[in-house]
Amino acid sequence: MRARSRLTQSNLAGWSFALPGLALVAVFIILPFFVGIGLSLTNQRLISPNPAQFVGLENYRNLMGLSVLTIEPERDAAGAIVRDDAGAIEYPRVRTFTRNNPDYPHLQGMREWISWQSRENRVVLLASDVVFMKALVNTIIFVAVIVPVQGGLALVLALLINQRLPAITLFRAIYFMPVVISVVVVSILWRLIYDGDNGLLNNLLGLISFGLIPPIDWLGNPDTALGAIIGVSVWHSVGFHMVIWLAGLQTIPPSLYEAAAIEGASKWQTFRYVTWPGLRNTAVLVLIVITMQAFELFAKVDLMTKGGPLDSTQTIVFQAVERGFRTQDIATGSAISVIGFVLVLSISLTQRYLTRSRHE
Amino acid sequence: MATIQLKNLCKSFGDVEVIRNVDIEIGDGEFVVFVGPSGCGKSTLLRMIAGLEDITSGTMEIDGAVVNELPPRQRGVAMVFQNYAIFPHMTVRENIGFGLTIAGTPKKEKTRKVQEAAKILQMEHLLERRPSQLSGGQRQRVAIGRAIVRDPAVFLFDEPLSNLDAALRLDMRMELTKLHKQLGATMVYVTHDQVEAMTLADKVVVLRDGTVQQIGAPMELFRKPANLFVAGFIGSPPMNFLDVEISPVDAHTVTVRNEMLLPLKLPNPFGGEHIAAHGKLGVRPQYLRLSKDIAGSFLSGEITIVERLGSETLIDVTIADGSNVIAVIDESEQVAPGETVGLSFEIDRAVLFPAE
Repeated sequence: MRARSRLTQSNLAGWSFALPGLALVAVFIILPFFVGIGLSLTNQRLISPNPAQFVGLENYRNLMGLSVLTIEPERDAAGAIVRDDAGAIEYPRVRTFTRNNPDYPHLQGMREWISWQSRENRVVLLASDVVFMKALVNTIIFVAVIVPVQGGLALVLALLINQRLPAITLFRAIYFMPVVISVVVVSILWRLIYDGDNGLLNNLLGLISFGLIPPIDWLGNPDTALGAIIGVSVWHSVGFHMVIWLAGLQTIPPSLYEAAAIEGASKWQTFRYVTWPGLRNTAVLVLIVITMQAFELFAKVDLMTKGGPLDSTQTIVFQAVERGFRTQDIATGSAISVIGFVLVLSISLTQRYLTRSRHE
Repeated sequence: MATIQLKNLCKSFGDVEVIRNVDIEIGDGEFVVFVGPSGCGKSTLLRMIAGLEDITSGTMEIDGAVVNELPPRQRGVAMVFQNYAIFPHMTVRENIGFGLTIAGTPKKEKTRKVQEAAKILQMEHLLERRPSQLSGGQRQRVAIGRAIVRDPAVFLFDEPLSNLDAALRLDMRMELTKLHKQLGATMVYVTHDQVEAMTLADKVVVLRDGTVQQIGAPMELFRKPANLFVAGFIGSPPMNFLDVEISPVDAHTVTVRNEMLLPLKLPNPFGGEHIAAHGKLGVRPQYLRLSKDIAGSFLSGEITIVERLGSETLIDVTIADGSNVIAVIDESEQVAPGETVGLSFEIDRAVLFPAE
């Protein structure tokens, strides 16, 4: 058997061809992954003369620490509830519990995140790191909105594009165009569009509502900022997912559509019985890809809002970079990354489990 | 039950005319086969009946009503595709019942009808399977099941057997014949295989380049092909053609001859005064007889190839002008390559065509 060359048979040759790629993967992905886990268990600063110390899970406790505090109203000497001039119940201030209160050592240093009224008591959800909690919640909201909206819109576009009409390639190019534009350009562009005074969006809304809709500072208002970023993200990536859906659509044999037409299926029935089942694998792919991309939201936030206003656009990755590099707390930054990793991994595994094929 | 009329039907894709002035009448309960070489437009014609292709000009009637503009679902037709076109994500039961699901048929009735169809096709035991677990023949049965469950007036088959192996094709062919008898529905069947056309059809339509060459019963096409194309296309091995000179004898008779062929008197196939000087004389290999009397035979030549098929033997005879004639002879005949033999035939079995 001398027919095969020694090169293809040699183990050494195979490994040496794989080596450059493996080395890059090792240096830039595998190594940082483990270094990150390691750093998250220390108190390492980015640049520091002091050697790092092992601190166990303290960084995680500092990030994830949550507590519920029920505060009873202030009462006067007679035991009646004290009310202010407007009739609202008065409570002791939260900081009296969280600052050097020997009765509540576990609340030391925590801050108020959310509070609500429960009969005459006030219930306060305290977090060790309120900004991180906001980032976590914002990221989850972002993912929860963008997965169905972007995936669904991309499918609608793909269905529209997947027709034989004149100039259809033009539309395909237009829808795909944002994908190839740099995120920096996109962010700057949309900052101008969202501008509170003279932005395109405000002008447009004013025009179509005959001035009824007042100008909104889309990125400067805590109520609209996250929505504005979701809008840009959908616009930016929808073309990419449209192309994936389109590829899926084109794997469905035309004869299945013809058979459905002969059997009398309406447009909706054709979609329900032919198109959607045929897109099953594509749907799983699109779902997982959008979810993972959504968790990585960073550049648009960094370029458009820097996490503001009032932390309304903080995200996990933005916080990881902010803490790790801008405030030089690389240990906390690493811990945030690890939390993000666990979150994405568990959601992806859940999605894989829920969308598994039941027929094999 | 339904009749189908195609009147002066035309179809173009852009500048390319694929169907030209086709007139076909399909009777109620008839099994009609469209046959022709690939690219002759037979599938397009079938898809036009189904409503999958629009009609450029002419009219199409089903049961006397013009259906040119009707979408497929309103034509009351069912179709079986070459690649089966069954839904991969549905079980056999769901596939067969698809048309009923679409129509919103009550569950009980659907179950009964699917069961009935499965029984006809002998696949009751496969109902819970998925297409990926079925063989080619079983998949085609599912496709047929999906067609029969709706009880349509017209069945359309687009080369349904061409993806099956030879043995299975024979089985399915017989089952289709049985099915036709059982259901009594009008069936239109497209194939490029002239054996399928001959065996299945009540009526064969031979197509070439989008035009109808001949319509007739299978044996009519075999015995009296209307032109050289039909003569060459129908029958296996193909018909032998001899270039001949034609001279008139009287209004009803002509004489044909060439250097290798004894002069023969034939009825005048052209009718009237118009008689071509040159023509082709067609004789089916099956109608040629071996003859020991070489001088008295119509033709003679040397055997170059002997192919024994078992029940019959094919011989390839090179005649004096160098052309070849194929004859199908009985397996008991003792012949060998190199032997000189005479060939004769009954004159009324021969067909005379004007030279093209």
